[in-house]
Amino acid sequence: MTLHTWRNRDHPAYWASIVHRVTGILLALFLPLHFLALGTALSGDASLDGFLAWTDRPWVKASEVAVVALLAAHLTGGLRLLFIEFVGWQRGSQGILLAAAGGAAACCALAFALNLF
Amino acid sequence: MSARSETMLWIAQRATAALLALCVLVHLATMIVAVRGGLTATEILGRTRGNVGWAMFYGVFVLAVAIHAPIGLRTVAGEWLQWRGHAADACCAAIGVLLLALGGLAVAAVTL
Repeated sequence: MTLHTWRNRDHPAYWASIVHRVTGILLALFLPLHFLALGTALSGDASLDGFLAWTDRPWVKASEVAVVALLAAHLTGGLRLLFIEFVGWQRGSQGILLAAAGGAAACCALAFALNLF
Repeated sequence: MSARSETMLWIAQRATAALLALCVLVHLATMIVAVRGGLTATEILGRTRGNVGWAMFYGVFVLAVAIHAPIGLRTVAGEWLQWRGHAADACCAAIGVLLLALGGLAVAAVTL
């Protein structure tokens, strides 16, 4: 991290960039596990059912909600960047954009949690 | 890496981001609806197996992820760890190949 970026840490966009990078790293770590889990279906329906039964634990379900929150946060943060870069949305409205991105991500995670539990 | 290559990576990152935005929206909506009442292999595979539409959707999804994620990780490695150069590029490319292979396996498992 450079001194320049560290000096910008009081700006909302700085923290948005941190959230976008951290969620991206965590999703990149999660994806191989997700693919391997789905790959159990190659051994037959029973294998996938066995894995799904394992996921029926409260801490696994809570982790799933966290992953959905990560995905939704990375999506909304990425959409915010695309709109700023390509649609010309004003950087001056960062507060509103960040609040909308955070709110949409939270709504996704909440909807998933309500249906999961 | 040359300026031209860096530009190509930037374009690929943004293009796949736009594509992934659509894919993730569909995936999130599907997951939110599908988990209601619990998941079973019969329910999941009944929706996806033999379905060309889902196979193409998830195939494109995996391909876009395998391009998008390594480029993003390369950026973070350069910014936070000051890890740049051929070794960093090779490592990120390997991550992309790994994601493509495992993702392709997963798509095959649930759609074939």
